[in-house]
Amino acid sequence: MPPDASVPRLALTGISKSFPGCRANDGVGLTLMPGEIHALLGENGAGKSTLVKIIYGVLQADSGQMAWDGRPVSIASPAAARRLGIGMVFQHFSLFDSLSVAENIALGLDRPGPMKALVRRIAAVSARYGLALDPDRPVHSLSVGERQRVEIVRCLLGEPRLLIMDEPTSVLTPQEVDGLFAVLRQLAAEGRTILYISHKLDEIRALCGRATVMRAGRVVGSCDPAATTSRAMAEMMIGTGLAVPRRGPQSAPARDTVLELHHLFTTSDDPFAVTLADVALSVRAGEIVGIAGVAGNGQAELLSALSGEARSPDPGMIVIGGVAAGHLGPRARRSLGLAFVPEERLGRGAVPEMSLADNALLSGYGSGGMVRRGLVRFGRARRYAERVIQHFGVATRGHATPARALSGGNLQKFIIGREILQNPRLLIAAQPTWGVDAGAAAQIHQALLDLAQGGTALLIVSQDLDELFTLSDRIAVMHGGRLSATTPVDQTTVEQIGLRMGGIFEERTETDHASS
Amino acid sequence: MDHVTAILVSVLLAAAPLLFAALGELVTEKSGVLNLGVEGMMLVGAVCGFAVTAHSGHAALGILAAALAGMALSALFALLTLVLLANQVATGLALTLFGVGLSALVGKPFVGTPLEKLPDLPLPLLSHLPLLGPLLFDRDPLIYLAALLTLAVGWLLARTRAGLVVRAVGENPEAAHALGYPVRLIRFACILFGGAMAGLGGAYLSLAYTPMWAEDMTAGRGWIALALVVFSTWRPGRLVLGALLFGAFTIAQLHAQALGLAVPPEFLAMLPYLATILVLVLISRDAARIRLNAPAAIGKTFHPDH
Amino acid sequence: MLRLEARPHPSTAALLLAPLLAVLLTLLAGALLFALLGFAPAAALKAFFITPVNSLYGLGELAMKATPLLLCAIGLAVGFRANIWNIGAEGQLLMGAIAGSGVALFLRPADGAPWVLPAMFLAGALGGMAWAAVPAFLKLRFNASEILTSLMLTYVARLFLRWLVGGPWRDPDGYNFPQSPMFAPDAVIPPLLHGTRLGFGALLALAVTLGGWFLLSRTFLGFQIRVIGLTSAAAGYAGFDRGRVTWLSLLLSGALAGIAGLNEVAGPIGQLTPFVSPGYGFTAIIVAFLGRLHPIGILFASLLVALSYLGGESAQISLGLPLAATDVFQGMLLFFLLASEVLVRYRPRLARTRG
Repeated sequence: MPPDASVPRLALTGISKSFPGCRANDGVGLTLMPGEIHALLGENGAGKSTLVKIIYGVLQADSGQMAWDGRPVSIASPAAARRLGIGMVFQHFSLFDSLSVAENIALGLDRPGPMKALVRRIAAVSARYGLALDPDRPVHSLSVGERQRVEIVRCLLGEPRLLIMDEPTSVLTPQEVDGLFAVLRQLAAEGRTILYISHKLDEIRALCGRATVMRAGRVVGSCDPAATTSRAMAEMMIGTGLAVPRRGPQSAPARDTVLELHHLFTTSDDPFAVTLADVALSVRAGEIVGIAGVAGNGQAELLSALSGEARSPDPGMIVIGGVAAGHLGPRARRSLGLAFVPEERLGRGAVPEMSLADNALLSGYGSGGMVRRGLVRFGRARRYAERVIQHFGVATRGHATPARALSGGNLQKFIIGREILQNPRLLIAAQPTWGVDAGAAAQIHQALLDLAQGGTALLIVSQDLDELFTLSDRIAVMHGGRLSATTPVDQTTVEQIGLRMGGIFEERTETDHASS
Repeated sequence: MDHVTAILVSVLLAAAPLLFAALGELVTEKSGVLNLGVEGMMLVGAVCGFAVTAHSGHAALGILAAALAGMALSALFALLTLVLLANQVATGLALTLFGVGLSALVGKPFVGTPLEKLPDLPLPLLSHLPLLGPLLFDRDPLIYLAALLTLAVGWLLARTRAGLVVRAVGENPEAAHALGYPVRLIRFACILFGGAMAGLGGAYLSLAYTPMWAEDMTAGRGWIALALVVFSTWRPGRLVLGALLFGAFTIAQLHAQALGLAVPPEFLAMLPYLATILVLVLISRDAARIRLNAPAAIGKTFHPDH
Repeated sequence: MLRLEARPHPSTAALLLAPLLAVLLTLLAGALLFALLGFAPAAALKAFFITPVNSLYGLGELAMKATPLLLCAIGLAVGFRANIWNIGAEGQLLMGAIAGSGVALFLRPADGAPWVLPAMFLAGALGGMAWAAVPAFLKLRFNASEILTSLMLTYVARLFLRWLVGGPWRDPDGYNFPQSPMFAPDAVIPPLLHGTRLGFGALLALAVTLGGWFLLSRTFLGFQIRVIGLTSAAAGYAGFDRGRVTWLSLLLSGALAGIAGLNEVAGPIGQLTPFVSPGYGFTAIIVAFLGRLHPIGILFASLLVALSYLGGESAQISLGLPLAATDVFQGMLLFFLLASEVLVRYRPRLARTRG
């Protein structure tokens, strides 16, 4: 530790970094003191990730200065950052599925030493911070929370004096978040600095002593989060007031059931997959059912079973609009009125290299006469794409733009618009606003609420509890390949759902049918 | 040497070129790169090894030249796929087509040139062991090299940090990059190793197995080596087993011909190719096993800025 | 070091320039190669690229060489677009030649019949299809790589052909040469143009080119093929049937390769020999890529590559250049094309880079 606690651990001044067509960081300044937990707050695309990559040596700044313990430094590589004492826990974990926990940790250290000694050190750090880990287990067998522990232990073994956490809670249950915060407070008390990147205001208010807010590549302000309202911080982050999605009047009761799942289970060739067991659910016309859960608990498997990308063992396990559909492929299910928004936008929901017109055809081929006698009518596909662009305010130069040229939020608006304009009876959407800026997210939420208002049944799978509580009529939780019963949203709380996400289910009741 | 030992030795010799080439490709694939140019690199290795040995009279120089020639070709592949981000499948195919042509062009003057077979080098003491001595320790130096390299690769991949890093790069290059590993440099090294090994496999054919040069003399061994890597589920130990198995097929075919079996020789010659298909089918049908062992990023282009 | 930035839109100029740049670089490298081998570059290039096509006969030969390349490459390109890597077109070509020859040798009535030639074409297509069906089945049923299985089957087809013409189908009056009897006149394709050897197959290849273009760019099936090739997961999401496209592309390329093989034995050769093809099936891979997997591009590419075959023969006769120079030329062409391709998707920058 430096003798003088008033010397900043890290001070950045005038950091700028440009990419083709985008100025990601523009004269950014940031000062981090020893022992503080400092929040870096901003929307997706505000430039947080770029700044952090510069600090960790993954990217080099075009201009600007960095000082470490008061001395000017340049950080040429992650290894150089680690030598200074900077550790980082990545948002998308930088882990290797087929390797063991110990091997993964060894890869993150510059001098890991012999494996046996390393295993002992892992055990010591795990015990000290209460981060239980089995060094010999292959990473693919770990839960998401356990994977994060691997990342954290890997960092701590490097004895970091600055620990960067990039959106660490997006994959944790509320209870796991509490555990993580305890560890972070313990680390700060030891004099380590923590740079905590997030856009979740409540967490930042609970944890951080200072917050620096970024927008569009610049620092737009800083504050003491405990003394600032969430609303004030949100406005700093977004720049304007936020439109809050509005629900229409409650839809009429006792509508038809559009989606039913009966004792759905899956088997898989893939050793990394979760298998579903005895999943039951029903969704009625005009209602929105939300499925919460920590990533990797079977949501991906449930979604591909629902979309038809994976067939079910028995046709009757999935019933769409009264028709047994478990044996049908995506195409046949679409003709039953299913529309589907996958989690992976670029590369599943859209073909990156293809134009928006072609991407309109990708799932819209069944409607609007875009295909006749085996031939594509490209004029109709272009007009359909233009309609989506107009209706949903997609910012783009037009239908000829390739999908990968769109920002995440705009692409998601396009995909959701493409599905909605097919007038589905049932819309299934995964993570509809994940990684989308707040303005687009509000628009998407409104579109989904309007769709339900019009009588479509909606099933939303999301890790974002705020989103689920905004949209859903009923909520269920996935854990370990099982689905809890649904609970009406006004009869439950974030804490209760959080407990279920951690695997604590109440006794199963047939509330699916009783609740609505 | 009795008859059985003679057969076993011939199996071993037939396996050696496959083992060289497949071992190199295994390392390349472990780093996440699929190089379909093995056949071309083997041919160029074979012709260079032959030409240099014939010119200089030193087999050691020829062997070195073969490894370097294989490396040179693989460097071309690396340049295209790693720096210019070309498709690995297309580039590998191009490498094979190019290697076939280049070896034929370079080798034209050497067709029909006689060459002395690479001499055997009995190891002191060991070669006097009963059974194993004449089988394993009275062989040419390249056989010893193949054995040493197999052990070395097995040990390096499983037990050392270098091997761990190679596996990590083949599993998740983005993560390895984020941790600061030079993904493209590591892959470059693995591709070069693959090239050198394919060159050695070619040299074994033209200097030791059948000491001569003929166009297309590898006869698909480069492709069989690729299949062997899948068969081995990317483990060097099982690669030896696979290479010996294919050596046995090759020898069985020759012996059946010599015995004057009623089956036409062309059908016997089909045996290794049909066996390759059979073996591929048997291994590939177990999707879970492939998924657990195959390098996850194999064949995918890596761009550090994405 | 060179640094590559992804272009937001693929560059149209680069799209057209890349193949031209590749040809130019190949000519330069070729000149260098000739000089290294001790030939005057200018004379060698002239013998390679000008002499073969300075007569009507020469142009006919060019179209004749281009025909099998074009037929095979169109089929391969449809598969490559869908990420189906059939590299065994050579074997499928040979099996087509064998099947068609079987009709000519054994099913033709002694006094001939008008259906013989059409039946041979049909048999050729079926022979190639059958051979391509094996990798399709093994891929879909057992997940076995079609790259390796289709290639292994090429070796099997070669050996099978060698056995046939050296054994059961050998011409009894052929002085023991490994070849079948000559086909009867009504089992041979008549020349289209007087003074050339060019037959009906060339027209068929042109029609196939147009058909390939129509399939890929106008039909919904072609759209599905493109989506499967670009982004497999998106195709799964959209409900496009990968299995169906695998079957289709392998059977189509098998049939076209088979027709190409038949067109050789029933055309210029007139009998079944072990030398049906100088590797057309493999060279067609180069042609497909050189044409950027686009049927119209492939048409031009097939002519260029056919020229390199003729040029190889011409340079061998006039300069004594080894015939293998042709293969080297073709290999270089593909390398330079793959290298130039990068300009379509990326913008090169000189800058510091890591990793």
